[in-house]
Amino acid sequence: MLKDDPLVLPSFLRDTTNSDSALKKFLNGLSGVDTVGVEERVAKLGTRSIKTTAKAEGIDLAIRMIDLTTLEGMDTKGKVKSLCAKAKRPDPLDSTVPSVAAVCVYSDLVGIAKENLIGTNIKVAAVATGFPSGRISLAAKLQDTADAVSQGADEIDMVIDRGAFHEGRFLDIYDQIQSIKRACQAAHLKVILETGELKTYDNVKKASWIAMLAGADFIKTSTGKVQPAATLPVTLVMLQAIRDFEIATHRRIGMKPAGGIKTTKDAMKYLVLIKETLGDNWMNPNMFRFGASSLLNDLLMQRQKMKNGAYSGSDYVTVD
Amino acid sequence: MVFEYAPAPESTKVVNLKTNYELFIDGKFVKSKNGSTYKTINPATEEVLAEIVEASSEDIDYAVNSARKAFKSWSKLTGAERGKYLYRIARLIQERSRELAVLESMNNGKPIRESRDIDIPLVAAHFFHYAGWADKLDYVGLGKNPQPLGVAGQIIPWNFPLLMLSWKIAPALAAGNTVVLKPAETTPLTALLFAEICQQAELPDGVVNIVTGAGETGRFLVEHPEIDKVAFTGSTEVGRLIAQAVAGTDKKVTLELGGKAANIVFDDAAIDQAVEGVINGIFFNQGHVCCAGSRLLLQESISDEFLNLLYERMKTLRLGDPLDKNTDIGAINSAAQLAKIHTLTQAGKSEGAQMWSAPCEIPEKGFWFAPTVFTNVTLSHQIAREEIFGPVLSVLTFRTPDEAIEKANNTPFGLSAGIWTEKGSRILEVAHRLRAGVIWANTFNKFDPTSPFGGYKESGYGREGGRQGLEAYLKASK
Amino acid sequence: MSNIDVKRTAKLFIGGAFPRSESGRTYEIFDNNQSFLANVALASRKDARDAVVAARSAFSKWSEATAYNRAQVLYRVSELMQGRREQFVEELNLCSKSNKHAENEVDEAINLMVWFAGWADKIAMVTGSSNPVAGPFFDFSIPEPTGVVAAIAPDKSPLLGLVETIASIVVSGNSVVVIASETQPLPAISLAEVLATSDVPGGVVNILTGSYKEIAPWLASHQDVNAIDLSGVESKAIALELEKEAAINLKRVLRPNTKIDGLARIKTFLETKTVWHPRGF
Repeated sequence: MLKDDPLVLPSFLRDTTNSDSALKKFLNGLSGVDTVGVEERVAKLGTRSIKTTAKAEGIDLAIRMIDLTTLEGMDTKGKVKSLCAKAKRPDPLDSTVPSVAAVCVYSDLVGIAKENLIGTNIKVAAVATGFPSGRISLAAKLQDTADAVSQGADEIDMVIDRGAFHEGRFLDIYDQIQSIKRACQAAHLKVILETGELKTYDNVKKASWIAMLAGADFIKTSTGKVQPAATLPVTLVMLQAIRDFEIATHRRIGMKPAGGIKTTKDAMKYLVLIKETLGDNWMNPNMFRFGASSLLNDLLMQRQKMKNGAYSGSDYVTVD
Repeated sequence: MVFEYAPAPESTKVVNLKTNYELFIDGKFVKSKNGSTYKTINPATEEVLAEIVEASSEDIDYAVNSARKAFKSWSKLTGAERGKYLYRIARLIQERSRELAVLESMNNGKPIRESRDIDIPLVAAHFFHYAGWADKLDYVGLGKNPQPLGVAGQIIPWNFPLLMLSWKIAPALAAGNTVVLKPAETTPLTALLFAEICQQAELPDGVVNIVTGAGETGRFLVEHPEIDKVAFTGSTEVGRLIAQAVAGTDKKVTLELGGKAANIVFDDAAIDQAVEGVINGIFFNQGHVCCAGSRLLLQESISDEFLNLLYERMKTLRLGDPLDKNTDIGAINSAAQLAKIHTLTQAGKSEGAQMWSAPCEIPEKGFWFAPTVFTNVTLSHQIAREEIFGPVLSVLTFRTPDEAIEKANNTPFGLSAGIWTEKGSRILEVAHRLRAGVIWANTFNKFDPTSPFGGYKESGYGREGGRQGLEAYLKASK
Repeated sequence: MSNIDVKRTAKLFIGGAFPRSESGRTYEIFDNNQSFLANVALASRKDARDAVVAARSAFSKWSEATAYNRAQVLYRVSELMQGRREQFVEELNLCSKSNKHAENEVDEAINLMVWFAGWADKIAMVTGSSNPVAGPFFDFSIPEPTGVVAAIAPDKSPLLGLVETIASIVVSGNSVVVIASETQPLPAISLAEVLATSDVPGGVVNILTGSYKEIAPWLASHQDVNAIDLSGVESKAIALELEKEAAINLKRVLRPNTKIDGLARIKTFLETKTVWHPRGF
């Protein structure tokens, strides 16, 4: 009965989370990541030339994968409302443009977003657990999560405790993610690793595994508040961890790079990366998301260019 | 299928092909005295690109004499002046890089991604590097005021036509030699375009002479009595003939010959980068690489896991039109080479090795071979010993580092090798004990003008690249 | 009472031992006055083959020895040569132009051995390089010994030429099979005794006496020999044949009459190994 419960691991992996030392041993046993090799691979994939039909398909797919995001201290109901309008119909002049995957807001604005998205398939994602630093107590994180869920959040984007990671308290991170996962109830859990603070690809790989073992539905690169945010090589390392996890558990984890993805060209590179690393099973909004805001407008301008043959300008897309 | 890449062909408009090409001797394109002609083709389409001269011994005589005449003044120029010509050439190559890349891919069959991102940038880099050496020869390591050798006869292969030209011509000219270079029979076009670049650079007449032709033309060049230096890159078989031909003469020789490199993957390797390195090691340039990692030595404890990842990765390799910017695997350079690959893979099958090929659609026209892996290979199999020079990987396993080294060294070749492990001391020990001239640790198939390249044992002698590469074109002052 | 000298049997030096030729053959050598001096072992092709086997098996350890160790071992050879100075002079005198000439040759040979010994731990510094490649890699080139080297020592310089040949080859870690001066092999036999009692591991230096015309072709065509030093060969015709034979496995060849100084000589029997490694966290 628990077969599909994400919290239950296959027996050979279950032991790895029995103790701090077992988990550490397991993570240290993962094969290393060679920095130059990863970056070379990404650079090579970056030369893929995406033209005509592929580009048209890629643009619409990328739009459908966007978690349209606003995460500012000055966010208001009005801001969220207009964001939702844009999420539903990104290009007011062109009804063939698909809607985005989700709207992503702070937890206190979930209700507003839900209200404004009634009757659509667009999800509401909430950042929770003391976003972006995560430097609050577990009790507060659980409360934060419960608040968002009770307001109807479909997805929770949590942050891991990077301090704990650098202290080597991997099991604490694992336990926290599990606790949050329970608090999510039916909501999907995206675990933000904040790779810009993990610094090395080896760390990114370890953190990916901790999150996946603990029951993450998605792993996500960044909060967007720390530089560097999402990068292609970091994403490749996470995609390969996802692939390894699938081989080990037959469970598919989603991926969300977030922050710093601004142009259509960037987005196409990410699509190339997923296609050639994980394949078609991940080429949909259920398995891959872009955490972005300004990306959408560039996709829309490129889409207009493809349709009209003339380059578009920023006055022809909405600023919301 | 989702997000299928649409065709993205590089335009051929940048290339202006002539219907027929003459020889480049004494600064001019000249008619052959009595040589015959042959047609050079695009191996991806089998279309004829141009008609090429097969230079006769009289033509070679003319070319060598022109080089001899030019040597008198070229070797007397100051190094600084010679250097400026080489800098000009480097810049002209950069300026015409797209044209050169497209032409290289058309004549050779290699993917435009490689000719554009690897071959041609390295060509420019070689000329740039050696340009700066021309006035610093006192620091090469042969004492003060080392002297050029004279006229160099240079014969290059078809796998990296222009890159091999640059490896030969740049150090030779920097040192004050003049050259007669013969490009490979099947890939003469970029060398002939390079001749135009020499004209644009106003390089003095006769300093560079380009003579086209096949093996016979090469033999005339090697055996010409007025040649002081022979530089050859190609098969060990021909290398042996050259070594015999120059015996008893004063001709200096450097030979870059075949290889059967081991790419050794230990159980603690960064596995995804190792998979990528193995792919790059054997499928780069369709495996038409003398230093290709054609023998994968895999630690037994990870062999299944590794091979599964390798097969999955191979399924994403895109074989097809070399001019398509998304092509990973281009055309095999010639019908003859394709036949050789077929013969050797057939031998692999009949010797009991297991063959797996990536599921690629093979174009109707042209010469193609899908990326292929042989497992259950032992050291006694032909495919583990002979250079296939194609996209074919032979997989062997090992249990201990000693066994890996023993198997890696168990070949008459010694050009290159790869090591994949995250343990630093192991890298240094294995690198130390491998009998090969270039060791790539946690990387593969890297080239740089500052980095000496060349083999041990039957992979040849002498080095190309760096300070060591210049020594091959100089002698100590008397 | 008169004392009768105990005469030395002139044997080969292979793998640290002093065997007779497996063929049982010897040849007579004479001094300047055409007086009989000794019956010297006339090495056969099988002796040459055995010497290559010994050289190959000694190679891995010798090439793995630290450069400091090789330097000390070669210096030790010069010490023992010094101890036998009078013996070398006497042997050279038998065929030499003058006593002065013989003394000079011995002193020079000893000095040359000291000079080469000092190179052992400097070769890599002088010939190696760190290569500034255009990318995130650490890339360096180091010299390594070629392997087993066959050599024909000059006939006319039976000690000095022999020492130059041997020292320049083994100082970098190669092992050598050398054919000594055919007409004046006695200094070579004495040098073998020096080598045997110094700390040179058996097989690193193997000395054959006899006819190079007979043995050298077997060494030139031997597939387990990596390089051949023909600088001592006087006959152009033979050198040509040997160089052609050497092409069978692409041996590195030092041609006859090559004017070449010490370090250049050492470099002839070196390979350059280039190692790349990425830099990254």
